[in-house]
Amino acid sequence: MSATVPRWVVALLALALAAQVAWQAARSGTSNNRDELPPAPGAAALRLASFGEPEAAARLAMIFVQSHDSVDYARLLAWLESVLALDPGTQYPLFAAARIYAETADEQHARAALDFVYRHFLRDPARGWPWLAHAALLAKHRLKDLALARSYARALEQHTAHLPLPLWARQMEIFILEDMNELEAARIMIASWLESGRLDDPAELRFLKQRLEELEARIAGESVK
Amino acid sequence: MPAAILARSVVLEARRGGLPWLVIGALAAAAALAAFVSQVALTESVALRLAVLAAVLRACAVFLITAQVTASALREIEDKGLELALSLPISRAAHYLGRLAGFTLCGALIALVFAAPLLIWAPPAAVALWGVSLAFETALVAAAALFFAMTLAQFVPALAATVGLYLLARSIGAIQAIAEDGRFARHAAEAIALLMPNLDEMTRTAWLLYEAPHAAAYAAALGGACIYIALLVAAGLFDFYRRSV
Repeated sequence: MSATVPRWVVALLALALAAQVAWQAARSGTSNNRDELPPAPGAAALRLASFGEPEAAARLAMIFVQSHDSVDYARLLAWLESVLALDPGTQYPLFAAARIYAETADEQHARAALDFVYRHFLRDPARGWPWLAHAALLAKHRLKDLALARSYARALEQHTAHLPLPLWARQMEIFILEDMNELEAARIMIASWLESGRLDDPAELRFLKQRLEELEARIAGESVK
Repeated sequence: MPAAILARSVVLEARRGGLPWLVIGALAAAAALAAFVSQVALTESVALRLAVLAAVLRACAVFLITAQVTASALREIEDKGLELALSLPISRAAHYLGRLAGFTLCGALIALVFAAPLLIWAPPAAVALWGVSLAFETALVAAAALFFAMTLAQFVPALAATVGLYLLARSIGAIQAIAEDGRFARHAAEAIALLMPNLDEMTRTAWLLYEAPHAAAYAAALGGACIYIALLVAAGLFDFYRRSV
């Protein structure tokens, strides 16, 4: 024989369920999910909180960072530092710095993000070079700061001698020098590249020789003027 | 072989108690969570999915085996099954080790099921190393849960002690790093670390994402786990032999 549930218990259950749904519905309209980013925890604290899963924790921390407003760049970059310290193998913080936070309209913020990319490239050129190459392009085209772009391009060339970089990345400085109208410096760089014997790809050699001839023609044309 | 019969009965009990359904449910929930977070990632979405899936499955495996061992051992005590078993011509060691072997087999089966979906995104060799390490980890946790259940003889304290030991072992490396600056704290952390298993070296997601562990490091991690399992078994047997049932 099944027992009967008292009516007041059924009513209480229905009332409590309705109150719960109404309460959450009212709250969902007022909550702001894009709050300001809280202060960054240290890498040690993040490591402790990860309970031995730094790879998952680092990537989840980046999801957390990207879901918050990033008005305070010092705080934002501290988060990226902590995430990189937690899992040095992840590219997420460098991607975010170079492709999201450096592409802001605020020039100071953009420079801070580019500097973050540069500092991490110096620590780990093998992982950081694609992001520094992008940083050099941003400095050149968005910030119109050719000196900054050249310093990044020079670092890219100087710290990656042992890495299999594509030609465009390795010789970015030459093109920036051309944009700066430093034609003689660009010519010397190309000539030294050709003489160094570091290039063994026939297509790359042909391209650089053609570039050298064009530069020499431009220099000769300017000296005639 | 009474121990083998006991081990088989433990596996049967887990199967009839719904553990396979819980394993499937945990797998589905972890896969759904990993798929969700990878959808909001701007880069490394595959790595994020793999890392979250591996981390959640590892935690689920440990929780499921802890709950299963604790509930099973305490049910045996409360139902007077333990008294009945000890009245039979079987040594206490055979009884304890037989049941532990059954729980270890359950853990190994869970590790096998949880490692399989990782093959979609990670190299087979790395997944195999991860899965074997998870099997050892669940064996260690099963030994700890059995020890605490038999010793404390109450569900909540036994569960809390096992989970506490596991979490402390997983984070002892980070605690030692934080305690580097303080002299007393450093010595205290080092002393605690001496009594902890090296779980932060086991079942690492980095093996799946970056590169497989060196053979020596992997063997050291599993060897350390074996030593700790032996310690827990010895402590459990010590307590089991001295108690009057």
